[in-house]
Amino acid sequence: MANAADHRYWATVWRRLKADRKAIACLVMLVGLILAVVAGPSLWSINPEAQFLNQIASSPIGSRTAIVVDANELWTGPDKTPEAGASTARLSVIEANTEFVRLSWRQDTSAKGYQLYRWSEGMNAASLGMPVAVLEAGDSWYEDRLNLRPERYEYTLLAVDELGTERYRQQIRVTPVLAMSEFDAELASIAEGETTIELPAHPLGTDHLGRDMLARLLEGGQVSLFIGIFAPLMYMLFGLAYGATSALIGGRVDAIMMSIVDFVIALPFLLFMILFRVALGTEPGESGIAALVIALIALGWPSPARLVRGEILRLREMPYIEAARLMGAGQRYLILRHLIPNVMGSVLVSFTFAIPSAIFTEAFLSFIGMGVVPPAPSWGSMCNDGISRLLTNPHMMLFPALAISITVLLFNLLGDALRDAMAIRRGAD
Amino acid sequence: MMRYLLNRILYAIVTIWFVATATFFAMHFVPGDPLSNEKVIPEKIYATLQAYYGLDKPLGEQYLIYMQRLLQGDFGVSFTQQNRSVNDIIAEHFSVSAILGLLALIFALFGALIFGSVASIWRRRWPDTATVLGVMVAVSVPSFVFAALAQLFIVEMNQFTGWQVLPVAGWGSISHIWAPALMLGLGTMAFLTRLLRGSLIDTADQPYVLAAQARGLPPWRCFLRYQLRNALLPTLSVMGPTIAGITTGGFVVEQVFAIPGLGRYFVQAVAQLDYTVIMGTTVFYGAFLVIVVLAFDLLYAWADPRIRISRDMT
Repeated sequence: MANAADHRYWATVWRRLKADRKAIACLVMLVGLILAVVAGPSLWSINPEAQFLNQIASSPIGSRTAIVVDANELWTGPDKTPEAGASTARLSVIEANTEFVRLSWRQDTSAKGYQLYRWSEGMNAASLGMPVAVLEAGDSWYEDRLNLRPERYEYTLLAVDELGTERYRQQIRVTPVLAMSEFDAELASIAEGETTIELPAHPLGTDHLGRDMLARLLEGGQVSLFIGIFAPLMYMLFGLAYGATSALIGGRVDAIMMSIVDFVIALPFLLFMILFRVALGTEPGESGIAALVIALIALGWPSPARLVRGEILRLREMPYIEAARLMGAGQRYLILRHLIPNVMGSVLVSFTFAIPSAIFTEAFLSFIGMGVVPPAPSWGSMCNDGISRLLTNPHMMLFPALAISITVLLFNLLGDALRDAMAIRRGAD
Repeated sequence: MMRYLLNRILYAIVTIWFVATATFFAMHFVPGDPLSNEKVIPEKIYATLQAYYGLDKPLGEQYLIYMQRLLQGDFGVSFTQQNRSVNDIIAEHFSVSAILGLLALIFALFGALIFGSVASIWRRRWPDTATVLGVMVAVSVPSFVFAALAQLFIVEMNQFTGWQVLPVAGWGSISHIWAPALMLGLGTMAFLTRLLRGSLIDTADQPYVLAAQARGLPPWRCFLRYQLRNALLPTLSVMGPTIAGITTGGFVVEQVFAIPGLGRYFVQAVAQLDYTVIMGTTVFYGAFLVIVVLAFDLLYAWADPRIRISRDMT
């Protein structure tokens, strides 16, 4: 009979949840998210650790067609050297692609040397940018091969005197064309006679080391969701057992067990997460995931323990328990048939809320560098990588931040809906 | 009341002791040590340093020395910065964190008061829906994302207007403080707004509010004097954890905005394995939070006699 009533309770909860369109949408999206993260890496088969050196920090949108250039050839200056001695020296671009930018200028007899600077987006607007080369008075050309990307650059050539004091400057704007060296193109098995090549697609772009963002987001999702679901699951179960034991034994044991709970709850949570995380440490090659899970369990179990104890103490006074006891039900029967199933509702709700908070904690710790250890990606550590490049490559922060926010939002909404659906029990009391 | 007070204070002291002890032993599990990090130190110097910091003594003795010093309010000397005591470090950097945290708390409280009231007065109409939606988003987005967005916004705004409306990061003037304080307070604001909205709705049809309305008091007076005053009580009960949240949230916000607060210093000390700074800061934060929680619990008990009585009996 109790079984039937119990069945009806969960059926009612499910019916109420189903009537809540928002809750079902959340549930469907969460299941989709988990499936995508679990099955994603086998569908999107790019290795998250592979570096695409031609596509460092490339944004999700933009051309993927690269021209093939001969980058091995040694450049010996422009074919026609501009005439020396003209009154105004003119800086000009001979060729500009991501393998090399070739600049030339007319020599100036009054200059004793040149300094070349390169400014790119994200640098201080008032500065000339990064110093690229210091050149002799006889130089009239320069080839820049340093870490070029298909974005806007501004080159500044300073003509200087003996002391290095600036005499005058010339500036030129360049946007290098996406290019690939012949050698790399052959490795990528380009067809004979082709002059362009399609670079591998990266729907979410690449990060600062040229790794595919989608692949990393999926693998990072596995880490974040594993920590976010497994750790709360473990400490919920432990808390359930602990709280139930404490409530059922009662007396002095209960008092002692609960004062332990009070102690652990009083500890400043994040402070101790950091401490535990540091104390557990990581050996070289470890990802730090186990340490995070252990720390989360060690600090997370007291609140479900307290919740379960309170619920069981409340339930024990219920008339139906009394009735069952009068009918000769043993302790074991009461626990398994009545107490545990009835506590499961509140445990489930607090489990649903524990997941987003564990994901948050993981993200927080990984963000300050105390969580998952690189190269293992997690959403938090990806945000940490992204924030220092926020101005130049916002997509590096955007996608992991969105992933965390959406996941947490969905779990929170589901938790709210579940709590509302569970409230029938309270109404029936 | 007296018994309750003594009980709580005793409890707080034991908790602080526990924090200190746990910190001490957790630190001794840490693999690696700051004296042998990265650079190789000659054996003799290493031994001298070990002796100087008392690391060659047995663990029990180290613990006793540590506790003795702690009782005298001495947190020791930094491992990585010679001649700098942890007390100095805390004194210098905590004031920064405290200013930031206090302003964040004020932002959070004011915001919660305004949004919570608006949502409960126009319940189930668009201001309420917008508030509930905003709260949902604000509690789901990590604080470092808000901090990053704020920085991005400030950069764009400075570029758009052509002069520095607000500095992007750093510390030192009043204009540095607004953006990080607001971002730090945002999550707390959302949490408190939700709480206040709920308790305002709960008090809306309490008999004393209805009585005040029936007596013909002006609506604003009913709201402020009878409804809001009572609805603020649950807020008082979560102030302790709220301040704890703002304190630890500061770790991240200080990091993002490059603010020289204690939180950022703590994170750096952990990365450098500066034992004494880690232990000192943790014990300091632990004691601070335990005392704050205790203070607000007592305040709550004083403000609401029902709590006092029910707790006295258990």
